[in-house]
Amino acid sequence: MDLGPHALFIVASYAGMVVVLAGLIGWLIADGRRQQRALADLEARGITRRSRAL
Amino acid sequence: MPTMQTSQSITQKLANPTRFMDLSGRLLPWITVASAGIIAYAMYLVFFVAPPDYQQGQTVKIMYIHVPSAWLGMMAYALIAISSFGLLVFRHPLADVSAKAAAPIGAAFTLLALLTGSLWGKPMWGTYWVWDARLTSVLLLFFLYLGLMALRSSIEDEALAAKLTAVLALVGVILLPIIKFSVDWWNTLHQPSTGLTTTVHASIRVPLLISAFGFSLLFFAMHMKAMRNEILRRRVKALRMAEVERAQSNSPPGNPSVSGDIRARAAQAGE
Repeated sequence: MDLGPHALFIVASYAGMVVVLAGLIGWLIADGRRQQRALADLEARGITRRSRAL
Repeated sequence: MPTMQTSQSITQKLANPTRFMDLSGRLLPWITVASAGIIAYAMYLVFFVAPPDYQQGQTVKIMYIHVPSAWLGMMAYALIAISSFGLLVFRHPLADVSAKAAAPIGAAFTLLALLTGSLWGKPMWGTYWVWDARLTSVLLLFFLYLGLMALRSSIEDEALAAKLTAVLALVGVILLPIIKFSVDWWNTLHQPSTGLTTTVHASIRVPLLISAFGFSLLFFAMHMKAMRNEILRRRVKALRMAEVERAQSNSPPGNPSVSGDIRARAAQAGE
């Protein structure tokens, strides 16, 4: 696949997109796991939610 | 007015965080897989099917991620503004969760629009950056995102932070039409809208629309995940506060070891 004389700019653009989106997705997954662990830790100590609302 | 009553109840029905967690828990995998599949198909079209542009040659391939990023950067801000309106006017319990969750994702897509735009500008315009009306207004949008996140993190009281951030978000909405029409109002280096115009041949327009659709689904999947994280964070905070209150009520007054433990948990709850 020939990307022409400006191939570097095309590759850099797509690489930038992959880095930014992979970083964002990774952060979302890690943040979710951290909150789940904190919640499990609290519930292990007998601290549970009285109402199901929040 | 039964219709208003019915639509009000639908919004209210979704206002319950527990119901949102249940619904989004079932939807999220499907949206994630769908967005991945559609983006993969779009990339196949971009790199193996779509022709080079008669003027720009292969660099037109940057358009397939630049245009969706710009659209999503603006759409995310519109979502924040709508959520902020929902918070200030309807006190919708998930409005602030939605607004807070959308900000980093919108900022990321706006950053991508600026990055891919300047990488596209260098070979086509001969420069990475020019203080053009479109580019400058999108840069302002990116700073506005950073401002929203900074304002929110600088205020301890969550309810106050939500209100002030919502007001800033609504004031900043004026930037969206400025960005949209900047290429029409001012004499800009940046070309007019690419989107759905028929002047763009279908062999280039169809992959663009599929790419935009795929990235839009990805945005909604990330926004849903961020909202779920935020709801869990607020539950953790509420439970830690409950733990501190329980410890304070159970402890005899003046007992140093217990009060030390309480201070530690109170500090943790404040995180």
